[in-house]
Amino acid sequence: MTVLAVAEHRRGELRDVSYELVAAGRDLATATGGDLHVAVVSGPVSEYAEKLNRDGVDAVHTVDHGEGFNHDVSVQAVEQLVDAVDPAVLLVPHTVNGLDYAPAVANRLDRPLVTDAVDLAYDDELTVTRELYGSKVETTVDVHAERGAVTVRPAEWPTAEGTGDATIEPFDATIDESQVRSTVTGFQEVGDGDVDITEADVLVSVGRGIEEEENLDLIRDLADALDATLSASRPVIDNGWLPKDRQVGQSGKVVTPDVYIAIGISGAVQHVAGMKGTDTIVAINNDPNAPIFDIADYGIVDDLFDVVPALTEEFKG
Amino acid sequence: MKILVTVKEVTAVDDEFEIDGLTIDDRYVTADLNEWDEYALEEAVQLSEANDDAEVVTVTIGPSDTAETIRQALAKGADRAVRIWDDALAEVGLLDPATKATLLAAVAREEDPDLVLTGVQSADDSFGATGVALADKLGMEWAAVVNALDLDTDDGTAHVHRELEGGVEELTDVELPAVLTVQTGINDPRYASLRGIRQAQSKELAAKSLDDLGLDVAAIESPLEQTSLYEPETESETTVYEGSAEETAGELATVLREVDQ
Ligand SMILES: Cc1cc2nc3c(=O)[nH]c(=O)nc-3n(C[C@H](O)[C@H](O)[C@H](O)COP(=O)(O)OP(=O)(O)OC[C@H]3O[C@@H](n4cnc5c(N)ncnc54)[C@H](O)[C@@H]3O)c2cc1C
Ligand SMILES: Nc1ncnc2c1ncn2[C@@H]1O[C@H](COP(=O)(O)O)[C@@H](O)[C@H]1O
Repeated sequence: MTVLAVAEHRRGELRDVSYELVAAGRDLATATGGDLHVAVVSGPVSEYAEKLNRDGVDAVHTVDHGEGFNHDVSVQAVEQLVDAVDPAVLLVPHTVNGLDYAPAVANRLDRPLVTDAVDLAYDDELTVTRELYGSKVETTVDVHAERGAVTVRPAEWPTAEGTGDATIEPFDATIDESQVRSTVTGFQEVGDGDVDITEADVLVSVGRGIEEEENLDLIRDLADALDATLSASRPVIDNGWLPKDRQVGQSGKVVTPDVYIAIGISGAVQHVAGMKGTDTIVAINNDPNAPIFDIADYGIVDDLFDVVPALTEEFKG
Repeated sequence: MKILVTVKEVTAVDDEFEIDGLTIDDRYVTADLNEWDEYALEEAVQLSEANDDAEVVTVTIGPSDTAETIRQALAKGADRAVRIWDDALAEVGLLDPATKATLLAAVAREEDPDLVLTGVQSADDSFGATGVALADKLGMEWAAVVNALDLDTDDGTAHVHRELEGGVEELTDVELPAVLTVQTGINDPRYASLRGIRQAQSKELAAKSLDDLGLDVAAIESPLEQTSLYEPETESETTVYEGSAEETAGELATVLREVDQ
């Protein structure tokens, strides 16, 4: 069975998830005695192709068109590549850009699409494991079709290493410019404020469980008592209760303090992406099934409104 | 101008729950309007407030008991609503993005909107794919994960920011009509006013079957089958403290003092 994995790059660099896709694709291809093909569309593709030629890759297809990611170009190029390579499984990263073209590619190719895979298995047909209800429950989805497409969750597979002996094959995709109806005009960094949460040794991080802006003082008091820095999960930032540069997670900052204390944070994958490298993770949450407990070293299953003041008291004066 | 907003009723599971076959027992779930769709709706309502003739129509795939959630959207400023359901849909185990996009596209073709707003993802299924699939079915342009929108109707362009990973935003111009998948934080969703809630009761909420949409059951057949549902095994070795808040806080404090050494 042939697998085709599409690499991702941004502003001149391949993203790690590309190598994770190689690993995921290689597992699948090996299990079925098939080939692993990798594709890269736009940018300095020859340079990318060399880097993508990791252990187990049989071919790298390059589409030299444009400098950076454009979904209209990716959709057309990947559709044509899939027609040419005819892989049983197409793998695309479950990233913001992956989600910006994979559903359209699947639609054009009339392939079933399963998104956000955390595990893949092949036994006569493809079975995809994914999570539901903010990671509280897992489910398996069987793809009753000869050909399918999957978006793969970042950081679930290791990055493929080593050097392979892939052939590098420029692919002459025909891009209909009249169908390129969106233009990337630039990039913008989220501004930094006075505090850099990535520098903190101890982060006290607050989530939606805090309920009201007024209640943030409880968390501030704890942070002060611990001489720690205050950070937050997305809903607290979305509500405007703390500035954007305090957000931990996929679209915020990646932090690795010595201690991370998650208070009223469920542990959604996009949050965990920003803090799972922390040495000591502490979670305070009244839901014993909250996924944050899967990665916490220490936990208290209780109401934060009782625990936090008691904890602050311990460290006061 | 007409703006179509897709709104989904999502379910959240309680702290303690039981799995019954391929579903979670009804007793352990709470229904609500999808968080991402709240932001999409607010964006549409704000656009309609800024443009005199704009109409905001919501569309939902869901059984009749989702009407209450749809009324929430009407109370927050949508002008009318369409609800798609059919007995045949009740038989479908896994309503995947492609199938949902087929159904939503049928309504979109009838409504012929200038702009379609969806959420980035549904909080329960988290496919994150329905909006872009819908765009492609409609032959519309699109942008995924939009956290800022500036609509230039004279120019026929939506200037958007797409929120990428790691605090970087991509600035993109998208040709209209388009489907945009809206990210949380793009605006500040309003609460429904009492007046809004009253008015919502008399707003149109049209129900459409497959037949009404000119679709047959073949349109909702999917090769995807959900085969299991279970609580993930945790390999975690979390030390969980038990007792009163004072006791647990005391034990945690001891550990924190040690780590801090
Ligand atoms: C493209 C994309 C990017 C994203 N990027 C990010 C990101 O960078 N960072 C981020 O954080 N999220 C991000 N998210 C959002 C993410 O999916 C979650 O929605 C979010 O992390 C949830 O935040 P939360 O844990 O605070 O809230 P919830 O998931 O609502 O959890 C609240 C928790 O508080 C607990 N709780 C409630 N009351 C109490 C109490 N009294 N005492 C104790 N515990 C209590 C509950 O049990 C629950 O576990 C992103 C999503 C998408 C789609
Ligand atoms: N059943 C539904 N009814 C209406 N809109 C939906 C439905 N399912 C998904 N959507 C829309 O598509 C978005 C993405 O959903 P999903 O692809 O399921 O994660 C949601 O935020 C909704 O706006």
